[in-house]
Amino acid sequence: MVKKECIAMILAGGQGSRLGILTQKLAKPAVPFGGKYRIIDFVLSNCQNSGIDTVGVLTQYQPLTLNSYIGIGSAWDLDRKNGGVFLLPPYVKKKGGEWYKGTANAIFQNIEFIDSYAPEYLLILSGDHIYKMDYSKMLDFHKSKGADVTIAVIRVPWSEASRFGILNVDDEDRIYEFEEKPKKPKSNLASMGIYVFNWKLLKAYLQEDEQDANSSHDFGKDINPKMLKDNCKMYAYQFEGYWKDVGTVESLWQANMDLLEDAPQLDLYDTDWPIYSVNPNQPPQYLSPKAKVSRSLISEGCVVNGTVVHSVIFSGVYIGEDTVIIDSIIMPNARIGKDVKINKAIICEGVEVADGCCITSENSNIRCEQYHVDETGICVIGSNVELSNALKECVLSSREREFKSRDFETLKAMLLRLGGLPT
Amino acid sequence: MNINAMGIINLADKNKILKGLTVHRPLAAVPFGCRYRIIDFVLSSMVNSGIKNIGIFVERKSRSLIDHLYSGKDWDLDRKRDGLFIFQCNSSENGYGGFFKYLCENLDYLYKSKQEYVVIAEGNIICNLNFAEILDHHTKLNADITVVYKKYNSNVSGVVITELSDNGKVIDMLDLERILEPKAGRLFSRNLDKKAAGIYVISKSLLIDLAQICVAKGYYDFVKDGLIKNLSKLNVYAYRYDGYLVNIDSIKNYYRYNMDLLNQDIWKSLFFEPGLIYTKIQDGPPTKYMKNSDVKDSLIANACIIDGVVENSILFRRVKVHKGALIKNSIIMQKTEIEQNAIVENVILDKEVKVTKGKKLIGEKNYPLVVGKGTVI
Repeated sequence: MVKKECIAMILAGGQGSRLGILTQKLAKPAVPFGGKYRIIDFVLSNCQNSGIDTVGVLTQYQPLTLNSYIGIGSAWDLDRKNGGVFLLPPYVKKKGGEWYKGTANAIFQNIEFIDSYAPEYLLILSGDHIYKMDYSKMLDFHKSKGADVTIAVIRVPWSEASRFGILNVDDEDRIYEFEEKPKKPKSNLASMGIYVFNWKLLKAYLQEDEQDANSSHDFGKDINPKMLKDNCKMYAYQFEGYWKDVGTVESLWQANMDLLEDAPQLDLYDTDWPIYSVNPNQPPQYLSPKAKVSRSLISEGCVVNGTVVHSVIFSGVYIGEDTVIIDSIIMPNARIGKDVKINKAIICEGVEVADGCCITSENSNIRCEQYHVDETGICVIGSNVELSNALKECVLSSREREFKSRDFETLKAMLLRLGGLPT
Repeated sequence: MNINAMGIINLADKNKILKGLTVHRPLAAVPFGCRYRIIDFVLSSMVNSGIKNIGIFVERKSRSLIDHLYSGKDWDLDRKRDGLFIFQCNSSENGYGGFFKYLCENLDYLYKSKQEYVVIAEGNIICNLNFAEILDHHTKLNADITVVYKKYNSNVSGVVITELSDNGKVIDMLDLERILEPKAGRLFSRNLDKKAAGIYVISKSLLIDLAQICVAKGYYDFVKDGLIKNLSKLNVYAYRYDGYLVNIDSIKNYYRYNMDLLNQDIWKSLFFEPGLIYTKIQDGPPTKYMKNSDVKDSLIANACIIDGVVENSILFRRVKVHKGALIKNSIIMQKTEIEQNAIVENVILDKEVKVTKGKKLIGEKNYPLVVGKGTVI
């Protein structure tokens, strides 16, 4: 195989348990995002746009959707003769096999794969962040500093710094201390979980770490602190721009809503740094004479007969007459009937909502595995649920639990506030 | 499933032009329906019918067509065996040329193809149909040539079947392309309501035979020379198709058939049944509706940014509609920009047109105004 200067490994095996029913059947990187994408599209497109053409994707938790989505990587132009995208699940070895025990262990178990390209540098990425970043600039930084390790960091508001892994650096950007969620942060540079390692050095540390029975085999907890202790040259590369870890229902919802700003920080329309995705091959969207849509993203194959305000609608969604959708995310191929009210909700793929249903956080008396209201009041309905309606009461047919729907007045008030009253 | 037919899309017809829209491209490459080109419908129908070997004969300005099709990947036609073959043909110096000449120049392609039958389609058809059913019909009747036609309620133009026997055999056909108003008389007394759809099934060996004989006699046209002149010698059968199928042959028709897509029944039948229509992938984000957007009864492609009013219109990919702009009864092609307070009504704007602030562009509904590619107004 031809030697590569730098190859990337994407950590995509995590469950993302804080996303609850959103990740019940699929891994976090496969969660739909932004009306057309899946979360992993961002990191894969970044690789392609940065000129990194050899990418390993480490999968473990519920990989079916992710596997079939990535395929041979043609959507990201990563179907290459030399290099390309590789799906790397854990596998059985001569002396048995085991699951990936941690981020570092996942890389350890794929040393052979990485060695086959004999790279100078290894780029470690997370499959669950929303951002656009040119990794080649980070690599240039790494080389110019003569670093052993470079960690990408982003400035976060001081008030939030204690929620992140914080890096303390000197004037030369050299890291002298890690602090995990410090109560009194000394800096507001948060680690983005993006690392460039000199491969030879990392390999030695991985092999050593594997022997350590007390290690949790994690980059943040074990490998990086060990390297710092050994006085390795570790630098922080400061990233400027939009970056979001969509690890919770609230942050996922917020990142979607961020796209609806007049001039969003994350520009999807920039043709110089396109975000690629698998094309659903659907006809154009149709807005009927009764449709009213504002401050929203709508994708291919949708039919809109109702009112959509400040929402993200994925491809192939049908929205019936007199239906009002506000502050919500409707994932692919959901079918929303007539006279439905949806406020601040995430409706997963293929959900069917019958005529007259009302989905708002006030209806918190639904008890069903497929329905969840998070602490910030976002309703989530899991994929392929059928919500049927009987006399203004909604029934979750999968569990046959009923709940009373609240009247339309609160929604109307909200619509007025948003300036989009349906006619 | 493999089917025993190859497909040939015949774009070698100098007469097939649409004023203003075919300056840069063959008719088959004219954008249609928000995100497609006209050829996508026949090409996807062929692919969905199981045809895996498709040859395209193009003679006019082929750049845009080849850019659109490239390897055929988006139609699953990038194959090791069979796949997509594009033949760029040129008429001879003295202007003689045509389908049969081009076929004879590329006979190796036909010889090397393994399939026994050929489905020939013209490049102006909007449809979503199953060619396998037509092939079945052809082989069951043991026909030499099958002509697909559509029955209209009134007289039509183009190629028509004028006489049909009870068992579906074609006795007589006419090409009315150059005849604007057929006068009822001894010859034109018959019904002119059965329009040939531009889809034919023929065995490969007969096609080669016809092509060689016609070229030897100095004729090049499949329909006029190969088919109509030999009706008495061949078993030509008709296949009536009742689904949505239209032939684009004028700006007026082009406009009307685009607007047809606003009908939900046509939208559904054309885009989903029996298969999906494929086109070149462009990786655009979803369309963004801004605060002042007011879009009604319109078809919108992805990657548009809309902050104005759009009514009864067709918007292609990456169209920008600024605040205060109004688009009504119009077809707006890719990357066109309508600036603040500009008004366009009953127009067809080709790709990359810019209508600057406050300008007004108003055509007539039965005579839409066509603005050429890249024009700034």
